[in-house]
Amino acid sequence: MLDIADLLNRLEAELIQTITERHLVNPLMIGVRTGGVWVAEQIHQRLQITEPLGLLDITFYRDDFSQIGVNPNVRPSQLPAQVDGRDIILIDDVFYTGRTVRAALNEIFDYGRPNQVVLGVLIERDGREIPLSPDCVGASITLNKGQRIKLTGPTPLAIEIQTLTVAA
Amino acid sequence: MKDNLQLNSEGKLKHFLSIEGLPKELLTEILDVAESFVGMTDQQIKKVPLLRGKTIVNLFFENSTRTRTTFELAAKRLSADVLSMSIATSSTSKGESLLDTIRNLEAMFVDMFVVRHAISGAAHFIAQQTAPHISVINAGDGQHAHPTQAMLDMFTIRQIKKEFSNLRVAIIGDILHSRVARSQIQALNTLGVPEVRVIAPKTLLPAHVESLGVSVSHDLNAGLKDVDVVIMLRLQKERMTSALLPSESEYFKCFGLTEEKLKIAKPDAIVMHPGPINRGVEIESKVADGPQSVILKQVSNGIAIRMAIMAMAMQKQGVM
Repeated sequence: MLDIADLLNRLEAELIQTITERHLVNPLMIGVRTGGVWVAEQIHQRLQITEPLGLLDITFYRDDFSQIGVNPNVRPSQLPAQVDGRDIILIDDVFYTGRTVRAALNEIFDYGRPNQVVLGVLIERDGREIPLSPDCVGASITLNKGQRIKLTGPTPLAIEIQTLTVAA
Repeated sequence: MKDNLQLNSEGKLKHFLSIEGLPKELLTEILDVAESFVGMTDQQIKKVPLLRGKTIVNLFFENSTRTRTTFELAAKRLSADVLSMSIATSSTSKGESLLDTIRNLEAMFVDMFVVRHAISGAAHFIAQQTAPHISVINAGDGQHAHPTQAMLDMFTIRQIKKEFSNLRVAIIGDILHSRVARSQIQALNTLGVPEVRVIAPKTLLPAHVESLGVSVSHDLNAGLKDVDVVIMLRLQKERMTSALLPSESEYFKCFGLTEEKLKIAKPDAIVMHPGPINRGVEIESKVADGPQSVILKQVSNGIAIRMAIMAMAMQKQGVM
């Protein structure tokens, strides 16, 4: 039902439109690890952005640290030293509660004060928990209770919808 | 089994008291987490919100500059509130017992103690006695252990040498009084370094030192041959209660690291020292400040490794 190529095409088209409308100049693209980086790599290539992709690991900014602890697979974020005054395109795979993006924004702002940030996601699903929303999406979907959506990759990228069995 | 105290029921770090009893996977995890804190120096705001709202008390019953300041900085970079107490100048000098000091601080809703004490086992004792939600980190206890120093040394070695499995490491000097050496030997062995040598005069070696998993040499020239990592130790004059050495100058002649002697080691060998260094006693200035020295890198890495250990010890504990 959800075709990766279609999703990427639509996200790309929406981003191009937004870049024009909001007058983004020489935008810096940043992907959120892990799935967001896979998507960002594709979009980065399609938009022919020459500056290297920024990689963001939000482990240290998560709001559930005290519940889940440090993910041992945490890797350093790689952002250009200077994000001050930059126009940023932030890319993630799935937009769900909004918490990941909150953490990502907090981290970006610890590197400096960007001029503006545009959020692009491959898939937006229902279940918002904080008042944030993406600017550009590949698709918006509604899932049944207990279902979750996951991007697998990086080659090939694929969408997986899992139905969780709730433990008694 | 006393070191199981360090792990919670899920095998996660709860207290960090000694390298002994910690599995290789956990030590590697500490090094991996620390790796990602190193990159934080690129941030304009050198802080992450991991331990926001947590209160950490540095309890230093013994003097320290480097260890205390790096623990303090590490706590601040994790956004914790941190309080550093030098107890020699505080209420224990008015006769308050260690346990009373701890109880009083607990009553102030502390989440973590970082403890340095001149008596071996002090941090273990506090970990056993303190409230269950509190984590304890050993910042050096007597001649027993200094595990965060050992971990920052392992981190520095891995940063430069990449692998542990093909290394020859020599630890040189006052092994007898060195809690650093004990922790380093345990860490090097756990991480799979095939050959750890200790080089020291007989009077500065503990009895049965071989049982720690090292080979022993009393000759610096022989011991340095083909080593990848040279770890110098400080001559701990303040802990020497009897005449263990003829003189400092004679010690330097036999066991001091000079440029000349360093040539016996591999050409790409690195020189480490936990600090503070006694220039001209255990190490020549030319070596300490030379191209093979990573002494200041060790200090920088101390912040990242202490951040990793504090963050990991503060994550949710399985049983409250």
